Amino acid sequence: MKLHRILALITRHLYLYRRSPPRIMEIFYWPFLDLVIWGFITVYLTRFQSQVPGFITFFLGALILWDMLFRSQQGITISFLEELWARNLMNLFASPLKPSEFLAATIVMSIFKVTAVSIVMTVCALLFYSYNVLMIGLWLIPFILNLVLTGWVIGVFTTSLIMRFGQQAEVLAWSMVFLFQPISCVFYPMEILPGWLKPVAWANPAAHIFEGMRAVLGAEGAPSVSLAWAVGLNGLFLVAAVWWFYRTFAYCKDQGLLVRIGE
Amino acid sequence: MSSPVLDVTDLSKRFGDFPAVDGISFSIKPGEILGLLGPNGAGKTTTIQMLLGLVTPTAGSIRMFGMDLSTHREAILQRVNFSSTYISMPQSLTVEENLWVIARLYGLSDIPRRVGDIVKKLEMEEFRTKVTRKLSSGQMTRVTLAKAFLTEPKILFLDEPTASLDPDIAEKIRALLKEERRSSGLSILYTSHNMREMEEMSDRIIFLQRGKIVAEGTAQEIVTRFGQADLEEVFLKLARESRC
Repeated sequence: MKLHRILALITRHLYLYRRSPPRIMEIFYWPFLDLVIWGFITVYLTRFQSQVPGFITFFLGALILWDMLFRSQQGITISFLEELWARNLMNLFASPLKPSEFLAATIVMSIFKVTAVSIVMTVCALLFYSYNVLMIGLWLIPFILNLVLTGWVIGVFTTSLIMRFGQQAEVLAWSMVFLFQPISCVFYPMEILPGWLKPVAWANPAAHIFEGMRAVLGAEGAPSVSLAWAVGLNGLFLVAAVWWFYRTFAYCKDQGLLVRIGE
Repeated sequence: MSSPVLDVTDLSKRFGDFPAVDGISFSIKPGEILGLLGPNGAGKTTTIQMLLGLVTPTAGSIRMFGMDLSTHREAILQRVNFSSTYISMPQSLTVEENLWVIARLYGLSDIPRRVGDIVKKLEMEEFRTKVTRKLSSGQMTRVTLAKAFLTEPKILFLDEPTASLDPDIAEKIRALLKEERRSSGLSILYTSHNMREMEEMSDRIIFLQRGKIVAEGTAQEIVTRFGQADLEEVFLKLARESRC
């Protein structure tokens, strides 16, 4: 991998964001709106806090962490879509750029988006609801890292599907992650899922992170087992997603889809 | 005799049952301009896409600078570039930003000078800070040409490079291509539907029909072989045949 080629792609995206208020708004607007709406619902529900202890901490913490996963996925998929919309894939892949360098650049953009969203949501939660997500403590670091990894897995997989099926599949960039939301057990514990769905949720690394978060906030002890499951599953799925990306890339080159994808 | 910079042997591409390119072989020598001619669907664009590593051949080999494209993609593409009337550049970036991104992508040094030089060469000063979306099609063509020249390639693939340019700019582009060929030994694979331009620019011409090479030689040799008045007549004859 050559750093200058990765930096070139990052520069290209930063140029884009520099003069595109809608794109900047897209990073901040939805997380902010999510936080405002769900924050007020949470405030309302805290009136019943005696029946549901720690509800506000569960709910807002889960919301912030879920948005990190979502933005992490978006960072990868939207970066690819930007090239597709600009009909720039031909310029990129007819250059010495390798698919691995392309993925590396989208990953950096994903980190950039997650960082921006995290700062906005953390500050807003503090200002609007006096909620400090940092109360989760040091566990927050491995939680966030794993959610970002899960976002990358979904992002790389979704990008491969868009590359394979073209612009007709671009809606997946926004919808795919929500397929994982019910089985990520973001706002409820895994135990409330029906029996047949529990193994599916168990195979989802994000579900282990949210279980872990609830364990920390509920003072139920260190969530080491949940974290170990999340790390293992993320590692496995990330390798599978990258393998799938390379396979799809080769297929698209064989079928001539790479040059027709934006048409 | 110098060895070819591009050597294509028995190159084929099938999409399902359709043979887009069917066992073509040709080579380009340093400083040579090879014209690729043929009606729509003859396989010109697929051939160029295979040469750029964007489409995987079904069979055959592509060698550039003595290296095989399938195993030395990175080293080869560093020294190759392309331009087409039909490609685009990121529309939200300015002309200058687009050129900077390309320069960084190819790891060029002294980027401000190189970008400045190419902007001047292609007379793009008046729109260098304009957002690409606001350019006319002729200006856009110049930007894609600038992208191709910026990296100082040794082989250039040009797919109808002057199609949307006014005659004055088109003439300047042709002069620039000839000058680059003369000064740096640039080799060019050139497609155009402008037969006069093809005759003027090409040292040799390859005529493709239904994915196969049906004629090869200088423009005059091809005209003589088909017994027609000029290259345009040859083109019309073969294009009508391929539609039958």
